[in-house]
This record gives sequence, C-alpha cells and structure tokens, in this order.
Amino acid sequence: MYKYKDLLEIRTLSAEEIGFLLDTAGPMKEIIKRQIKKVPTLRGKTVVTLFYENSTRTRGSFELAAKYMSADAINISGSSSSVAKGESLYDTGRTLQSLGADVIVLRHPMAGAPELLARSVQAAVINAGDGAHEHPTQALLDMFTVREKKGGLAGLRVAIVGDVLHSRVARSNIWGFTKMGAEVRVCGPATLLPAGVEETGALVFHQLDQALAGADVIMMLRIQKERQQQGLFPGLREYARLYGLNERRLALAAGDALVMHPGPMNRGVEITAAIADSNRAVIEEQVTNGVAVRMALLYLLSGGGAQA
Amino acid sequence: MKLIISQGRILDPAVGRDEIADLYVADGVISAPFAPDRETRLIDAAGRLVTPGLIDMHTHLREPGFEYKETIASGTAAAARGGFTAVACMPNTRPVTDNRVTVEYINQQAAATGLVKVYPIGAITRGSLGKELAEMADMRAAGAVAFSDDGRPVADAGLMRRAMQYCGMLAGVLISHCEEQSLAGDGVMHEGAYATVLGLKGIPASAEEVMVARDIILAAETKCPLHLAHLSTAGSVALVREAKKRGVPVTAEATPHHFTLTDRAVGDYDTNAKVNPPLRGEADVQAIRDGLAEGVIDVIATDHAPHSFDEKNVEFDLAPFGLVGLETAVGLVWTELVHTGLLTPLQAVQKLSANPARILGVAGGALTVGASADITIIDPLLEETVDPAAFAGQSGNTPFAGRRLQGLPILTVVAGEIKYER
Repeated sequence: MYKYKDLLEIRTLSAEEIGFLLDTAGPMKEIIKRQIKKVPTLRGKTVVTLFYENSTRTRGSFELAAKYMSADAINISGSSSSVAKGESLYDTGRTLQSLGADVIVLRHPMAGAPELLARSVQAAVINAGDGAHEHPTQALLDMFTVREKKGGLAGLRVAIVGDVLHSRVARSNIWGFTKMGAEVRVCGPATLLPAGVEETGALVFHQLDQALAGADVIMMLRIQKERQQQGLFPGLREYARLYGLNERRLALAAGDALVMHPGPMNRGVEITAAIADSNRAVIEEQVTNGVAVRMALLYLLSGGGAQA
Repeated sequence: MKLIISQGRILDPAVGRDEIADLYVADGVISAPFAPDRETRLIDAAGRLVTPGLIDMHTHLREPGFEYKETIASGTAAAARGGFTAVACMPNTRPVTDNRVTVEYINQQAAATGLVKVYPIGAITRGSLGKELAEMADMRAAGAVAFSDDGRPVADAGLMRRAMQYCGMLAGVLISHCEEQSLAGDGVMHEGAYATVLGLKGIPASAEEVMVARDIILAAETKCPLHLAHLSTAGSVALVREAKKRGVPVTAEATPHHFTLTDRAVGDYDTNAKVNPPLRGEADVQAIRDGLAEGVIDVIATDHAPHSFDEKNVEFDLAPFGLVGLETAVGLVWTELVHTGLLTPLQAVQKLSANPARILGVAGGALTVGASADITIIDPLLEETVDPAAFAGQSGNTPFAGRRLQGLPILTVVAGEIKYER
C-alpha cells in the first residue's frame, strides 16, 4: 500500500513501499505496449504539470502517462525568475487547486519546493525534481529497469558516477537502491561529491576504476559545463579522462553490467558514443519505463490506490 | 512609583552578589531601604531571581525601513516581555544606519515609542557596502554605542584594518559578523550530511572561522576592541580561546539558537530555522556550550531578526535568514544552560547583563544603590510552551514554536517603571 498524499522523496519510503510502487508499474507497462494505449482509469481527473525548469523527457513522460489513463492534463511553465519576482509558489498552488487539479507534478530549481507546495494544497503533489534534493520518479524508473533486467535489486553493486553534488537523481537512487538491499558506490572528483555523502550509506570513490570493479549497474550522471566556470573541476578534457566511461573501464565491471544515464547525455564526455549505443545501455528503456512508473503514481495518488 | 521587591534571590554579577534580600526602588534608581508608603508597590519575589535588567546587544529592530517586520515599538515590547531592559540595534535598516541623522532618528523613535532602552549600532562602512568608512565619530557623538556591518561583513581586509584603527581612536567597539563570502557562497544552511540529504547548498564552518582568524589578527595589531557576533562553530571558539590567552582585546557572543539547535532543526525545509550563521553540527553546539561555561564566550545575545510570515512562507532558498529571539532567550538560557548545570544563575545573568554593558560601555548590569532601576525578575521554575501567537513582537518566525521552556521572565522594570508584568 501507498498511504501518503504525495510523493516528495525516496528517503522517507520503506523498502515495502518502494516495492509496491514498482509492482504497480508492471501492469502499466503492458498498457503502453498495446496497440491502443488508452485506459479509462483516470477519466475525470485533472493532472497539472507545473514546471519551473526546462525538461523534455520528464514532462513529456508525465503528460503521456496522464493521457494514457484518460486524465485531463495541462502544462504550466514557470521560470525561476517569475517565482522570485511574481506570484509565490504558495499562491500558484492554491490557484491550481481552485482550478480543480487533483495531482500537481512539480519541477522546480529549488530543493524543498514540492514540500512547500504539498503543505499548501490538498491536491496530491509529485516531485518531478527539486534542485539538488530528489527526483523520486527517476529513481523508481531506474529501479524498475534494473529489477526487470536483473530479476531483483538486493545484493547488486550500483556505481553512480559524476557530479553527485548537484544531482537529485543520484540522491534518490542512493536512497532507493540502498533500501532495496543493493550496495551503492558514488564516484567523482572531491569537488563534486557533497559533504557527508558517506552518511547516506553510499561508499565513496574518487578512482573510477575502483568504483567500477565488479559493478552490476553503472549510472553515469551528466556533467554540466557551467561547473567548470564555477571552479569545481578544471575542464571537460580532464574530466572525461578521469570519469568518462569507455570500453576499457566497462570491462572492469561485471560481464552483464547495465549502463544507465538519466539523460540528456554528453556523448564523448561522461560516456562514449559506442557504449551509449551498445546493447549494454538501457537508456532508451529507462524512458519507456518512466511512463509506466508515472502512470502507477498518478493512479495511486489520484485515488486509485484507495480503491485498490 | 516606588517598589520594594522582597525576599528574591538577588543576583548582581557586578559585585558577585547572590543572596536572598529585599531590593528598593525609588525615583527610578535602586535605593537604600525605606519604609513603604501609599505609593509603594510591594512585589513578593520569594523563589524568584532578581537580576539587573537584561541587555541584548544584538537585535534587529527593523525601523526605519522595514516596519512591516518590526518597529521600535513592537521590538522593544518583545524585549520587555523577554526580560530585556535594553537592546542594541543593528544598522541594517533602510536607510542603513551609517550617519548621524539615522542614529538620531532611532533615538527619537525609541524615546517616543520604545518600552526599553535602545542603543543604536552604527555601520562601519557607508551603506554597509564595504567600500568607504562611515562617519563613525559623528555617529558616536550622537550615541552610537558600537559599529558593525552585521550581515554584510567587511570583505576587504585592508578596509577592516583601517576601520579598527579609526574605531579604536573613538574608544568604540567593532562588532564583526564573520563570514567569508567566497566560502559561504550562496549557501543556505550548514554544510554537512543533512544539507546533502536536503539538497541545499552548504555554508562551511571555515566561512566563519577564516574571518574570525582575520579579525583577531587585526584586533591584535590595532588594539581595537573587537566583539565577535554569534559564534557558531567549534573552530571559532578555539580561535577566541587562544586569542584571549594572548591578551587580544576580543570578546564574543553566542545565541540561544546556536547553543540549542543543530542543522537537523531545518527538518523538512523549515524556513524559520534558516539563519545566518547557520545552525551547525552536534560538535559545534557542544563547543559553544563549553565556550559559554568556560567564559570564552562572554555574552548571550539573541540576533533577534524578525521577518514577515509571507517572506518565510516560500522556497527555502528564497527565504530571508533570521529568526526572532527576544521572547525565548531567557527560557532557553535557563532550560538549556542553567537547569542543566552548565552555568550558574549568576553566570547566566552576567552574560545577559553585566558583560554586554561593559563591552558596549553603557550603564547597567548592576544592582548597586544609585544605579538606574533596570531590573528583571525571573521565575526559574515557571514553564511555558512557546507560542508565537502570544509574542509581543510583530513577527513569529521562530523554530522554537511548541518547545517547552522552564525559567521565564515575569517582571521587567526600566528606570523604575514596570514595562512588562506576567
């Protein structure tokens, strides 16, 4: 059972709750594979995607998930500057609720914004990524993908590589995979690992070769060039040399290791094009599974769960 | 009005007095014993502590400029309810208190609307912009008791050195909010595992310590009295301890929130726990407590920083730093420090009255005959649950709502007049 109004973070979920969410996503994936991808489950429900940051895949994924289940879905774009200057998130949330939103999907550049929104409205709130805090649906789709490929999560070795400091995907995955019994390793330059990350339960590495040794899952994070201007690393050339995934390094991992990336990728920087396009990479399946996971959440949070 | 406060435990840190006795007040001053007449109010203080009026040397009254957060009237009402008979107010008003006229305006408003004594603190630099020195001598002449660019610390070490040379000449004290901007960046809470969990940008302990070290070095060189505001880290306490051993003219304060709460108090992005310097780790809180007990930290000050509800009801990154402290300070000092045995009642009173008076060079902190009758009576056993709705101050931004406190002010007397009575 999933007994909460919202989905704000993975950290506070139990392994049972995560397992339940993944189980619910299974049948949803079958719907997506049908000729006619439409079920009437959420007819009459309204889903609002409120995005204060640009996003292609997450937003499209939520929108399609809502539509496949016959919910009415609308998009509202904000920008962080309009938040700072204009209407407060509190007022925006109250307005959307008055318009009849049953579920509000929020993407926001500031950590904790979904928590604030969830406190302000009765509508269900799904965190679609908030600052460097969490991106819970991404972690769920990653776990769903790995579980589907590997048959389970317990005992797996998962390496998360790159800019963990700024990564909400990394945080959600550290919590999720750890709770499900996997070993999580984080690897990156000291300047791009957050303070006290070892207290999350993750093992910390600075040498990629060591982090990859025997890994069953390799999750490469996007490195943003702006971080170079912020003085966090010297440049993409050295970064690619130290933390790029190539054929030689992939060979250090388990023979059947999965390569994942939350996208969008910098080909040739954190991952070579050859690996990204190889059969080891499950990057495109991650996208498909994302729709299934989001269908499951919309279903559970808009009342379907209570009836089930 | 005349007062006879009978059978209280008199705590006078100025002379180290701690005994059960009667205290007499007439004509606004502490008086020799007299026989009660019709105009004498008798106050039974048995079981209570009778202390010199408490002095908060770090308050933001917000007037002029931010009257929607607090005014001199509401801020001094909060002070009176919190047991304070005087507050020193920081210059980050609008306009910045960087000139004589604004100092005089504050003095006039305080005289007209204030419930307790108000001591303005002037800015070190014009507009607190850290570029040119403000007219400190002129402000001093108008009554500024100290100088600070609180919240916008002087980044330029050369300018800070000249400010100390100049301020030393005026027999004034510089109050430094230590924060090295290149280390603090746009951090919003203590850098540590909990900031990592919340995905919030951290402010490392080194951001404070680097500037504490710098300012101690400059104070040693210039001989200017330096007071370090709101220490928050173990490293800062160690630096001050070492400097005092060498005889550097440095004093320091700590706030109730820094000796009570850790970064975990941020909880689920509680913006009322967003404060600068940030709530730190367990070891830092312990070091602050040790520093208070040892005497390395001279003063307990509130850094009372009111903000409106709407300003705090936003994303954590967007919320302003600061929390209100005047009305919870005594309760926290007694609950966290006195009842736990870390400080004797006399030591606590010294850090809340005599020491700030001495550092600022103002009267107060004593119960000797002839002194202004600024008196606080504290009931050390009285308990209360913190309720921001009951605050006399205008803003309720406190992380202590719902917390149980024991040891509360019940009577505040300023110059012989009762300004608050519970």
